[in-house]
Parts: sequence; structure tokens; C-alpha cells
Amino acid sequence: MAWARKILRVNLTNGTCADEPLNMEWAQKYLGQRGLATKYLTEEIDPKIDPLSPDNKMIMATGPLTGTCASTAGRYSVITKGALTGAIACSNSGGFFGNEMKNAGYDMIIFEGKSPKPVYLLLQDDSAELVDAVDYWGQSCWTTEEGIKEKHGDPLLRVASIGVSGEKGVKFACIVNDMDRAAGRSGVGTVMGSKNLKAVAVRGTLGVSVDDASAFMGAVAAGKDVLAENAVTGQGLPAFGTQVLMNVINESGALPTRNHRDAQFEGANNISAEAMAEPRESDGKPNLVTNAACFGCTIGCGRVSTVERTHYTVKDRPEYQIASGGLEYEAAWALGAATGVDDLNALTFANFICNEQGLDPISFGATVGAAMELFEDGVITTKETDGLELKFGSAEALTTLVELCGKGEGFGAEIGLGSKLLCEKYGHPELSMSVKGQEFPAYDARGIQGMGLAYATSNRGACHLRGYTVASEILGIPEKTDPLVSEGKAGLVKAFQDATAVVDSAGICVFTTFAWSMDDISPQIDAACEGDWSVENCMAAGERIWNLERKFNLDAGFTGKDDNLPQRLMKDAAKTGPAEGKTSGLDTMLPEYYAARGWTAEGIPSNETLDRVAL
Amino acid sequence: MNTHREEVRGRTVVCSCLFYLEISALAPRKPTETGYRNMQKSLSIDPAKCTGCQQCELACSYDNEGVFNPSKSRIKVFNFHDQGRFVPYTCTQCDEAWCLHACPVDAISLDTATGAKIVSDQMCVGCKVCTIACPFGTINYNQSTGKVIKCDLCEGDPECAKACPTDAITFVDANWTGLEKMRAWAAKTDSSVSAEA
Repeated sequence: MAWARKILRVNLTNGTCADEPLNMEWAQKYLGQRGLATKYLTEEIDPKIDPLSPDNKMIMATGPLTGTCASTAGRYSVITKGALTGAIACSNSGGFFGNEMKNAGYDMIIFEGKSPKPVYLLLQDDSAELVDAVDYWGQSCWTTEEGIKEKHGDPLLRVASIGVSGEKGVKFACIVNDMDRAAGRSGVGTVMGSKNLKAVAVRGTLGVSVDDASAFMGAVAAGKDVLAENAVTGQGLPAFGTQVLMNVINESGALPTRNHRDAQFEGANNISAEAMAEPRESDGKPNLVTNAACFGCTIGCGRVSTVERTHYTVKDRPEYQIASGGLEYEAAWALGAATGVDDLNALTFANFICNEQGLDPISFGATVGAAMELFEDGVITTKETDGLELKFGSAEALTTLVELCGKGEGFGAEIGLGSKLLCEKYGHPELSMSVKGQEFPAYDARGIQGMGLAYATSNRGACHLRGYTVASEILGIPEKTDPLVSEGKAGLVKAFQDATAVVDSAGICVFTTFAWSMDDISPQIDAACEGDWSVENCMAAGERIWNLERKFNLDAGFTGKDDNLPQRLMKDAAKTGPAEGKTSGLDTMLPEYYAARGWTAEGIPSNETLDRVAL
Repeated sequence: MNTHREEVRGRTVVCSCLFYLEISALAPRKPTETGYRNMQKSLSIDPAKCTGCQQCELACSYDNEGVFNPSKSRIKVFNFHDQGRFVPYTCTQCDEAWCLHACPVDAISLDTATGAKIVSDQMCVGCKVCTIACPFGTINYNQSTGKVIKCDLCEGDPECAKACPTDAITFVDANWTGLEKMRAWAAKTDSSVSAEA
């Protein structure tokens, strides 16, 4: 139980949908979602393939806890070979789609091949069919979601779709469900677009059960109490959302600014949680309308926001004078600090467009930041940008580009290459602030040393969600470590990476780990699932999953040399703040990390390690 | 040959409108005639506190169906996305319950202990007349069982209220469902200022 024990295999080339049983032997080793789908992917595709070829597969996967009443248990992930990175991609999303898929009776949907024409999958419990999507091709995620619900007369359908960006091959296109939640990173939406798959619409009514209901209800109730009583998950996140971090990280000297030229942003407070709560002059209302929860979440960190109606972006466009998904910290950083823009309305509007057209706001904002540096250095001019003055701090440049990129048009298509290809194209690869082709999120590796190692070794390219040592280095969870010190961070990064792999694979949200340790999580998994899911076995599964992802990347052609950071972070010291004078200590951390992982000096898992983790 | 169930269905569809008109015309009874026990409690819903997490739907479906299945929940959270509003909605246990009066086979009865209107699965024939009669839509047909489902207040200890992480759903004194709102407004009333002036 907990697992639905069933997979839907959709062959887009042939237009067929077929059920097959879930491999329960693998489920006992890889748990679900991220881990289990990675196992399927590694068994079914050659890691060397072009991610945009029909040979790539795309798996939508739930975890065993998805759809249960465990707090935050509504997650699903999209696992594929990433279009942005060429590495293993696993993008996790909340909202309500994951729960619906599980309730339709499926742990996973595996999409393979490529449809000869645009289609969407309509899944209603055990009925699955591919439907012509010609009416929605060329439409946004928002129009598609509303259109499919209307067409089938079913407002209870849950829809995950790509926007025009995903159709046009923007490298960091994401998959948006429930209007403003997204499987955001690594270009999973680009892969979906390459398959001519516009959307997946699901309605599930079958229910989810667990193995030991009595033990499960007890473990879940205890877990919810821990979340409610914790200062971060019980107070900070509900009240301020992840944006609670904006001023904190800026004061720590770790807010990458203007393409990492600086590590502090003078406009941080203008785009912070505090600014979102401030009543505006024009209407007396704050940017923030309310907080919102994903399925089953007792934290409720989501933001619902409006753009001020007098703002230039929406004043003549009533369709954007609505409440919709507001700024989260990573998006506010990428759209704001990374570009030097501190206009909260412009950022909120850009965030709306990212949701509407299916763009990862982190990669988009960071790539705009890189383009602005190229522009300010005179490498690109208004000739390339069709007249757009691409200066740091220009809100107009940001909001113009988000609409162009969302449709894959004009210079927006160039932004859609992602910073690595863009900077390479213009002869300055060193200006791409990325690892394995994926742009950094909102923490400067000079001011938070552990994050530098976490970025360099993240299996899906630079990412904060693979090992969030910020929790320890800034917030003191589970214990405070000095963010400016690189010693001891190798073990910390490994522990965070392995634990997070378990959380993702279970079907719950990584934000629970601000309050939950594996002692809180494993009893919930253990009660829900058959088998022994003790703390030790959970952590062993986490390490196994990490090594499996690593193996995929090595087989895809990555090497230890790709566990690297841009020279800017290694050579150019932070100019201001607590990290002034600091560069990343990756050179010393990386060998320690390899040793802690039981990998060779070249970053390859040794045979002993592979045996130990049962790979 | 018609089964009993089909015959009942045929009769009730014809009668449904008549039932509806008849109940609508009923005058409210005096409280002493209800036979309710004193100190009943009611579900109190404050949409402003709701985050839309659906823990109420999980708890409701688990208690009633033994599995987590929001599609079988007796309480439903509505998301008015473009307004940023979430509203939980369920049966408010009308004193003169349209559903109860409309039922042609008396499958819906009053639980005098809790005030809940309870559907008997043994007696319900799935005619759905109650779903037509209910002005609020809070009694619904469940096609997997062929019966209707509605909130029964979980024998006086509603799971939805216990599961709600933000107190958007509470179970309070039936005579004082407005108490918290009154208290909030009372707190804003500052007579000392005018007294000092």
C-alpha cells in the first residue's frame, strides 16, 4: 500500500497508453518519485542520448506518501534527461496535480517517443487517452489549463502543461500545474515540448491507503505538531513565505547581485517579504493578498499577490489585474537582485509571466543578469537586443524580456538558450553563473561556503534543493555552522543531499526539513509502506539514490571536472559584507567530499561504495 | 421487470418538485419542538483563515471511507484563484433540512445528540431527490456506492475541524458561532479614548 503499484506507460509515437505493475523490488530500494523514477529512467534510456530526441523519456512520478494526509504530501516530480543540462533532471512540484495522479491509481506515468502532432493526455481513473491538442498549441499554461477544464466540463480536472516557451525550445521551460506551481528546473518542460505533449489532465477518485493506518495516523499527527511548533515552519514561512530570507541572506553578504558581480543588493529590502506586506500608495493594499498551501500542507508558504493596477505592466491589461502566484525567494532574487531590479511590481509581473508561459524564473532571471553584463561590457549591443537597453536595474528590460522569452521571440529566444549557451555564443563562457549548464539560485557560494560545494556536486546542476546547507549555515538547523568556513562542509553537504533524496522520493516537501529530522520522517514512511523504513534504511536509500543519479551523469559523459564553479566565485572575492575578501573554498572541500562519499579522486563511486549502497 | 429500486426512483423524480415546494413553505418550528439536546455545537468556517490545503478533505474522506480520497469528502475547499480566496464549504445542518424532508424513503434522520442530519445507507435508494432539494449543494451522490453522502458531524467530533491547521474550521457552541468574530470586533472597540476626551 501507499504505492498505487501501477504505472501508466504512454507511447507518444504510437499513441498508446498501457498499464503495467510497479516494480516493487525497486520500490523497496528507491522508495518512489525521484529515486524510483530515476531507477526506471536509467534502466530504459541511454544516458548519452540527446535530451530532446524521441529516445528520451519523461516520467511524472508520485511518492508513496503522495495523496496521504502526511503534511505536504501532495508532491510529484518530473524525471528525465534535462534539456538545459544534459544531466539527470528531477523537478519537483506542489499544488494539487500529484495528489490527483495518485488518486487516479498511478505511481508514475512514463512518456516515451514523440507524438506526430500536439496532444494532451486525459487520465480519468483507469481511463487514459491521448487527445488532439491543436486548440492549445501556441497557448499559455493558463489558457490551456482553463480550456481543457472547460472542454471536458470538469472543473475538478488537474492540469499540468507547458507554455509557448516549452513548445519553442526555451532551454529552461518548466511544467506548470494548478496555474502557479511548477516542476521548474533543468528544462523538463522543454523535453515535454519536444515530445509534442502539451498537457496532462488528471482526475482521480480512487483513494490512497497506507499499510499500517493506526501507526501512520500517530506518526503524521506527531509530525504536524513538530511543524506547527517550529519557528520557521510554524511562523516564519506561513507569515512571510520563503521571502523571509531576502533581508537575512543580504545581511549575511550572500545575496548574489548583478550576475554575481556583488554579494549584496542595495535594493533587497524593496523586494523583500516586508515590502510585500507594506500597504501601497495607490490602493492602500499590500502586494501580498494571502498565503496559500499546496495539497496537504500544514505550513502554507505559498504567496498570492497582485501587481499594483497603476503599474506600467498591467494598467492597460486587465487580464493581469488579478491575484496569482506571488514571489518566492528564489524568483524574487533571480528577477530582482540578479538583474539589479528592485521594482516589486515589475518582479511580481515577471513572475506571473513565468507561471503563465512556463519559464523557470531562476534560470530566466539569472540569464537576463548574464545578458545585462554582456551588454554593459559592450559585447552585445542594441543591435542584438532589437533596441532594448539591457542595463542592470532596468525593470523595463526585465518585463519586456520575460514576455519575449515566454513566447520564444526576438532576443527573448536568445535568453531562452540559458546563460551557458548565451555566454558561449558571445565568447564569454566565464560570465555564465552556472554549474553543469544550470544557473545558480539565490545564495552566493562565497558567503555560504557549503552551498558552493552543494552547487558544484548537485546532480542536476546548480541547485539549492539538493543539499540546503543554508539551513545549518545561516538558520542554525539542525545546528549552526559558520557560513564563511569551508572546513567540515563536505560531511554536511553529503548528509543534506542524502536526506533530501529521501524526502523527495517519499512525496513530501523539502521545506518540512526546517523542522523535521529523519527521526520525524522515517516513522511516517515506515507506517505507510511495506518493508523496513527505519532511519538507517531511509538514509541508505538516500545515499543509493544519490549514487544512482551520479552514475547516470558519469555515463552521460560528465566527469569530476564538471563539479566546478565559475572562476568569478573562485577568484573574485566578495566586495562587501561579512564575506568581504572571501572566495569559494571549493578546492579544499571537493576532495573531502569525494572521500566522504567513497568516490575516487576523480569523483567516481568506487566498487566498494557501489557494493555498500547496493547498486 | 422493474426492481424495487427503479420503481422508487420513478416515483420520487415526479414527486421531487412537490416536496421542494412543500418544504419551502414550512414555517420554522420553535426550538423547544426540535427535541435537540442542549449545548449543541456547530461547524464554524472562517474562509479568511483557510490556506486551501485540503487537510479537512483528507480527514473527512479517511474517517468516512477508510482511505484518503478528497473526491469522497463531505467538505470541499473552493479555490477562487484570481481573487486569492479559499473557502471550505459543507453542510450546515439546517434545522428544517430540505434534504430530510425531501427524502421519499425517510433515509435521512436527525441525530438529536449532535443535530446532524444523517443518511442511512441501508435505507437510501440513491434517488438523489435530496441533492435537488438542498439549496446549498452539500449533499451529493456517490456513484461507487449508489448512495448519497453528506456531513454527519462525525458523531459530534468532526475530523475536519481537528485536522485544520489554521483554525479556519472550528467546532463551537451552536448558539455562539459568531463569538470569535464578535470578540475580534469587540477588541477593536476602544471606549477609553472617547472617555478620556
